[in-house]
Amino acid sequence: MVPLNWYLILSAFVFSAGLYAALGRRNAIAVLMGIELMLNAANINLVAFWRFGVTPAENLDGQIFALFVIAVAAAEVAIGLALIISVYRNRRTVNLDDLDLLKG
Amino acid sequence: MPELPFPLPPLPTVQQVVFVGIALLTVVGSLAVVLARNLFHSALGLVAAFFGAAGVYIIAEAEFIGVSQVLVYVGAISTLITFAIMLTRGMMFGATSPRNRQSGTAAIITSLTFIVLMALMNGIKWPQASEPIVDGQAIIAGLGRAFVTEYIIPFELLALLLLVALAGAIVLAKDRN
Repeated sequence: MVPLNWYLILSAFVFSAGLYAALGRRNAIAVLMGIELMLNAANINLVAFWRFGVTPAENLDGQIFALFVIAVAAAEVAIGLALIISVYRNRRTVNLDDLDLLKG
Repeated sequence: MPELPFPLPPLPTVQQVVFVGIALLTVVGSLAVVLARNLFHSALGLVAAFFGAAGVYIIAEAEFIGVSQVLVYVGAISTLITFAIMLTRGMMFGATSPRNRQSGTAAIITSLTFIVLMALMNGIKWPQASEPIVDGQAIIAGLGRAFVTEYIIPFELLALLLLVALAGAIVLAKDRN
């Protein structure tokens, strides 16, 4: 069996990569990809802790939570991409450095 | 057989070797998402990372999550993202840098997060049961039962949320002229 730590290390790396994409990329779509990576890292942790819990065949809460996360991510990406397309239609750019209307 | 002066480290099992391969695919995919200059290459890296995560779920014996991952993420979300890239391109390619103005701060924050996460993960002694799942234990049937008994209200709310989100996406992306 794969040790629990391996899953945790993998998910920590994927989460950090997603965080950097969300904070440091210029294109709004790349930011959305980073958010998807972070959600995937959370799912890896949920599944790993489900597998190493007591009686994994009966206590399915970790898997159920992961399925909820997948569904919410699908809703989130649909809304996010619609917002990006709407912004592109109005401003002709999805460059986040140019979208600073709220800056004081 | 003569006694060895030191105990041999345990050999990795087949499962562990496969896990390392899949984890490397996931890591390379997420690095491509972060570092690629061309947004299409980022999208391809995202698909690789999604496939890797699906493999991780299957190794953890959560087959249903793995199949859902391939259906929802690889099938639907990657296609949506590719469409959005094609609909919003123009001047996003070429000489411009893929990083924004705050990417230096972002890199520092991200590396600090990674260090803290690794210290936490490896520092805490997690309680582990690691019980084997024997043949004949119907996990997918248990999932289905849980969704229509204990988790029926979150499940129905989730269906409503998806409907509202997709209707809202259509309204947002519609051309008003």
